[in-house]
Amino acid sequence: MVENEGLQRYVAHAILWIGIAIVAFPVYLAFVASTQDNAAIANGHMSLLPGGHFIETYYKTLFVGSSGTTREPVGTMLLNSLIMALSIALGKIAISILSAYAIVFFRFPFRMTVFWIIFITLMLPVEVRIYPTYKIAADLNLLDSYSGLALPLIASATATLLFRQFFMTVPDELLEASRIDGAGPFRFFKDTLLPLSRTNMAALFVILFIYGWNQYLWPLLITTRDDMQTIQVGIRKMIVTSDALTEWPVVMATSILAMLPPVLVVIVMQKLFVRGLVETEK
Amino acid sequence: MAGVTLRNVRKTYPGGVDAIKGVDFEVGDGQFCVLVGPSGCGKSTLLRMVAGLETITSGEIDIGGRVVNQVEPADRDIAMVFQNYALYPHMSVYNNMAYGLRNRGMAKPEIDKRVREAAQILEIGPMLDRKPKQLSGGQRQRVAMGRAIVRQPKVFLFDEPLSNLDAKLRIAMRVEIRKLQRRLNTTSIYVTHDQLEAMTLADVLVVMNGGVVEQIGNPLDIYQKPATTFVASFIGAPPMNLTPFKPGDASVPVPGNTGGILGVRPEDLTLTTGSAPDGGVRYDLTVEAIERVGAETFVYGSRNGAKDAVAVSAKPGELPPGEIIVRLPGQAAPAIGERIVAVAPRDKLHIFGTDGRNRIEL
Repeated sequence: MVENEGLQRYVAHAILWIGIAIVAFPVYLAFVASTQDNAAIANGHMSLLPGGHFIETYYKTLFVGSSGTTREPVGTMLLNSLIMALSIALGKIAISILSAYAIVFFRFPFRMTVFWIIFITLMLPVEVRIYPTYKIAADLNLLDSYSGLALPLIASATATLLFRQFFMTVPDELLEASRIDGAGPFRFFKDTLLPLSRTNMAALFVILFIYGWNQYLWPLLITTRDDMQTIQVGIRKMIVTSDALTEWPVVMATSILAMLPPVLVVIVMQKLFVRGLVETEK
Repeated sequence: MAGVTLRNVRKTYPGGVDAIKGVDFEVGDGQFCVLVGPSGCGKSTLLRMVAGLETITSGEIDIGGRVVNQVEPADRDIAMVFQNYALYPHMSVYNNMAYGLRNRGMAKPEIDKRVREAAQILEIGPMLDRKPKQLSGGQRQRVAMGRAIVRQPKVFLFDEPLSNLDAKLRIAMRVEIRKLQRRLNTTSIYVTHDQLEAMTLADVLVVMNGGVVEQIGNPLDIYQKPATTFVASFIGAPPMNLTPFKPGDASVPVPGNTGGILGVRPEDLTLTTGSAPDGGVRYDLTVEAIERVGAETFVYGSRNGAKDAVAVSAKPGELPPGEIIVRLPGQAAPAIGERIVAVAPRDKLHIFGTDGRNRIEL
């Protein structure tokens, strides 16, 4: 580490503060807007200090909703998004850790073929296969359901790959010691591999939760009922109003609310997340 | 308590590589058997076959009167200590030792009793709640041994357990392993590439090379009467001086001399000004290098007029052609470049056939 002295340090800090301001100002503005009167925003006389409508706007957003556009309170959307993001994150982790376990620790015919098939799906994200995926979901009666929201996004080559790389660094002797200790494949997985993957799982959970939370295109296609909307879709719907004034305080409050869960997840999992990315000792 | 018997055990890998080419030996009840050989000689593979971690291509492995070829490692009643210890990193020392017992459904009080007993024997009692990464190498080694002890198995298997320790600790642990094995009187098979470990630990020494057993026996017997040039150069440090001789070579006192290889251990050579003792051997050397290690001195000399001598094909510690090592007690040594004469009496000579086998008794 270079020891920065005097002026140099102040300059560095000033640059960092400017960076923080650039990133944080829009968020602050959104919060301020959410506490103001809609008329004030609409005619361009918005104050840069929080207004007096905080409780009113947030109550309306969470429990009543914007009557003209989404017709559902944001509380419902938050719940929908939460269920979807959690199902995607947990589902992906569960499926990938199992498939990686099979690929790394078992010898079966076409093992590498299976691995490459999983690998190739990296090239086929939802956007590319959206029509066939929609068709399948529709045929399986998954439209307007939580399983329809989550299932097609659960299969993940990235997570499988990550677990595979991690499992390959687990020394063979550990498996052998387990075998001598009388632990079968299931026990080895449960007692040794899962605890060792804890930090990796946490890191993946953060990434995948945010991935699931930010989904827009798929929920837009698969849900038509108002009470199945996710929050990302809802925000967009609130803004586009053809014959009425956009309720900006509600939109901004929704945006703030939409940001909170990922932020919370990152804050809560931060320690594990960083360890999961840098941990090398086994 | 049980012995281990290997009958014509072979291992061929799917690629067609013969790792083990037919091995027979027997380890008696309570004996300490050491498999020694250079890396790649198949000693670890053989141990892993006994453990059940490698399949057996043909032949039989018998533990305590039961052929275990098809038995799972957990059911063979063995315990293994690995080179890298293979401790479960996320479990405490206590749980590392208790894990195997829990998997067998042993009652909690019995597990507790056994773990505490083992911890006391190995002096790791205060560390039971720590995680392996909070321990030093030597302590991890003890935990790995503890994990083996609590099982009270018929056979201990050690796969180069001391290679990851520093030299001083290795010597201390070596003595401890030996004491522990004597105390528990459990049949043990120990793999190492370190001939010193092999010599000091073994009741039965098995010297392996290229997937076959070169010689089996008591360590000192093997040292005194190596069966092949490979064993001769592998056991003992510095290695035995091996020099090929032609049929009828008058300097080698063999009856009916048909050519072969002559071996003399460095410590059996003495410097003299006279001629060789009756029936002994004499080397005229020019001193090339000197190594003083305190209690003894190694003199590396090249044989006068033998610069073009043929090397003997015994791999480990192979000497350059015509080079002879003489081990002298103390620190006095000739100067570099000095011409010296080294002699060995007849009863210290080892004579092998030209192929390095067929030891001929004088």
